[in-house]
Amino acid sequence: MISGKMNPLAISHFTYTSCLGAGNLENWQAIESGNSGLKPCDFPNTDLPTWIGEVDHLDIRLPHQWQEYDCRNNRLAWVALNQDGFISRANKLKEKYGADRIGVFMGTSTSGIYQSELAYMESSSHLPDWYHLSTTHNISSISKFVQKVFSFRGPCLSISTACSSSAKVFASAQRAIVSGLCDAAIVGGVDSLCLTTLYGFHSLQLLSTDPCQPFDQSRKGISIGEAGGFAILEKNPEADLFLLGFGESSDAYHMSSPHPEGEGAAMAMTMALQKANLEKESIDYINLHGTGTIANDAAESIAVSTAVGNETPASSTKGWTGHTLGAAGVIEACICLQAIENNFLPKNQNINTVDANTNIHILQQSMRKKIRTALSNSFGFGGSNASLVLGKR
Amino acid sequence: MISAYINSIGVAAPGIENWAHACKIFSGEVSYCYTKLEKYKPELLPANERRRATDMVRLAFRICEQAMSQSSINMHDCASVFASSDGDYFIIDQICRALLTPEKMVSPTQFHNSVHNSAAGYWSIAARSHHASNSISALDDSFILGLVEAITFCQLENQPVLFAAYDISPPEPLLERRQVHHDFGVALLLVPSADLNSLAKLEISTSSTINTASFQSELSFLCETNPAARSLPILEKLSLSLAGEISFNVDCGSGYKVNIEPC
Repeated sequence: MISGKMNPLAISHFTYTSCLGAGNLENWQAIESGNSGLKPCDFPNTDLPTWIGEVDHLDIRLPHQWQEYDCRNNRLAWVALNQDGFISRANKLKEKYGADRIGVFMGTSTSGIYQSELAYMESSSHLPDWYHLSTTHNISSISKFVQKVFSFRGPCLSISTACSSSAKVFASAQRAIVSGLCDAAIVGGVDSLCLTTLYGFHSLQLLSTDPCQPFDQSRKGISIGEAGGFAILEKNPEADLFLLGFGESSDAYHMSSPHPEGEGAAMAMTMALQKANLEKESIDYINLHGTGTIANDAAESIAVSTAVGNETPASSTKGWTGHTLGAAGVIEACICLQAIENNFLPKNQNINTVDANTNIHILQQSMRKKIRTALSNSFGFGGSNASLVLGKR
Repeated sequence: MISAYINSIGVAAPGIENWAHACKIFSGEVSYCYTKLEKYKPELLPANERRRATDMVRLAFRICEQAMSQSSINMHDCASVFASSDGDYFIIDQICRALLTPEKMVSPTQFHNSVHNSAAGYWSIAARSHHASNSISALDDSFILGLVEAITFCQLENQPVLFAAYDISPPEPLLERRQVHHDFGVALLLVPSADLNSLAKLEISTSSTINTASFQSELSFLCETNPAARSLPILEKLSLSLAGEISFNVDCGSGYKVNIEPC
């Protein structure tokens, strides 16, 4: 069992891009003003009565030196990397630590699978020449692409545990830094729209016909979104924001349904509090996984109640961004960091009536409040759970 | 420098039934003979899940069940790290083809089997383990990066970790684009400190200067055509109880040195 406490690890920079906009400011302005980025699904080759969160400008190819990595997922990564001065901040790490000492830990669930879908559409007997399987679709594509952009030479891997992927990168990077494998790490995650997830969730009857309404009495399922986010982790006691704790667990229950009482989810939250050496009362805000399916939200509500209690203000932000799957962990961590920086707790978007069976404190209106710590939940297929505690030390 | 102890080993590949068989091949007691692996029936999976388990999941179970059967450590006490370069390309192929039909009917089972952590999910159910589980890819370097992740976890969280690295040969037309021609899987049960059952200590350090000695074996063709089989030079030393160092070059990064010290 993940146990013991950890020393806070600085998050010295972060950025994210979603259907709300490119970079921290555009996303935050949308969240503060209550404008969702979801729209009726018009993704090419789909005919589904659902809503999606699509990122703009993904028709622009990657710079020529990375052509073999060119695919929707890495284009989204490139757009996200180019916001908030992230590239220059990350490049400065090389001067500080040396390229050998910087790790890259990226989360994704489907990587560049859309590239394979397009290749099959063109010719499924002999795949087209433009198609590069290993540098686009392979799960490692995103971490290798990021590593090449910065010419880092430290440990580099992709984590793919469905919708917990880019929360777990924080844990793996922390362990790599503590054990001396590297001095700093770029963590992040990117997932992009594709037919596999749209039609896959459709087959499970989990797509909402309306914009998703997490924790609402009449919620009908998820809205799929795409997003990318990145953060720099390093030992820097002077920083303002930190990774304070993390917890990881497995449901050991079912491949695509959560444990009904959220047993594994509660374990992940409890471990994260222990790692952070914080009592549950110290958590000021919870960013819920809150996908909007009947089963997920019900299980998470019980789990939060068990592990953290019913008082802590909590919201799912998937009503703004959609469920960005393997990118959800990192972009929701970024939202938590912005909530702390701005002393603003985002409301649970798209809620009309809180589910009568939910007894946790769902934020129906956004709230201005000085806060120091936030807990972010990410749970995925295969029963993979991760919780992060973020904030000031 | 990170380190852990190996408690037990599972291995499977064409012509390699299990770890005991691999030891006999390495020692020269039996000669290697290429034979396709027969379909494996996971013993620990409940019937519902077993029906849905793909060939890739079955390979992962074959090596994990083998490693656990030789150990007195309880499965439900172990965290896990699953490393696969490519995941389940049979499922990807099926889904891509289903998306070409007018109905675009992807089955729920195909969809949940498409996640990179499918084997990890099935394993946690079979082992009734609520512990942390990771699923990673680092393309051709998936074995060494997975081992680094597993040993780091084992040492820092002070917990037994079942590490599995496996890849299967993809179907056409993907095979043409990803030259993995043979199935291979290896599982190492890692523990943080030595006990009577420890087989060897593994120590890993990063190194910017790496000289890889070529692996001289009749099994070297597997190393060249399956990312998980890059474990073979380590397995050879372990089977012969030989101390030594194995180096791993990685794509665009510092290499790793794995020091093996038999217990």
